[in-house]
Amino acid sequence: MALVFDRQREHRLLVLPALFHEANNMRRHTVEVMRRLDLSGIDSFLPDFSGCNESLQSLDTQTLVGWRAAALAAAAYFRATHVLAIRAGCLLAPPALPGWRYAPTTGTKVVRSLLRARMIAAREAGQAESIEGVSAIARIEGVDLAGWPIGAAMFSALENAVANADSRQAAIDQDDIGGGGLWLRAEPGEDAEQADMLAALVAMGMLEP
Amino acid sequence: MTIEPAKEPVVAREPAVEAELAPARSAVDALLRDILRDVLALEADLVAAFSGETGLFGHLPELDSMAVASLFTEMEDRLGIIIEDDDVDGEMLETYGGLLAFAQVKVIIGHTDGGASN
Repeated sequence: MALVFDRQREHRLLVLPALFHEANNMRRHTVEVMRRLDLSGIDSFLPDFSGCNESLQSLDTQTLVGWRAAALAAAAYFRATHVLAIRAGCLLAPPALPGWRYAPTTGTKVVRSLLRARMIAAREAGQAESIEGVSAIARIEGVDLAGWPIGAAMFSALENAVANADSRQAAIDQDDIGGGGLWLRAEPGEDAEQADMLAALVAMGMLEP
Repeated sequence: MTIEPAKEPVVAREPAVEAELAPARSAVDALLRDILRDVLALEADLVAAFSGETGLFGHLPELDSMAVASLFTEMEDRLGIIIEDDDVDGEMLETYGGLLAFAQVKVIIGHTDGGASN
């Protein structure tokens, strides 16, 4: 499934969303950027990865390789001319597709945040858990991290995952946008100025002759 | 006419020495307030009014375990520190003063180790 703004226009943008807890924080903001791009004459496509949102598949059987293949398939299916990858979505971006990585993060950081959230919750509940101990089990059995059931293969792949260094995507850092990153927020929020800025940077890049 | 060296004003040298040490306490304080502003989505003046006794984890309902984990990851990035499992306890998370004291110690250790986070 995918959320799309499709009027069969020339400029077609595949949007790869932030993952796990950041996906919730960033969803509305991501779609706000797509709305602005629609007004600028750009079609955009936000696929749901298997195991996420309304997918019929379970998250714990998904793999990073599978998600990368899905991103590539989505780019072909929607005939994307460019890609905008957000946060951990940058780990999935097809390297040959030109475009942008917004505030890219690494798999190591994604896993570390999730493991830490689990550890803090466990300690609050009076159970002593260590990141190293949980990681060792997760690599073999998979693990439930902050409510996200992550399989062993996904966990192991994420631990070392980085965005493809040979990709044709330029980085957009949060300093280019201004304000604090919305993925950091404890609760989902929105910021019209940030959405304006991100959409403007992407639109300028896509529409320039 | 000559100027005797001994009579030249003695300029305090502390600032020059300090520049080579870890970021000043006030810089860590400012960075930490910036991060909390982003995490809690508060106005800058509200975060500027945080005192050492301002309650954090357990006092602000939105600051749950996932939000604290994001806060730590961001502190590691922006302050250039590494936060270990054993560092995390109720005391350092309970108040702004506790978190700031923790961050300042970590920044000094990080610089003594030659920037272990990289």
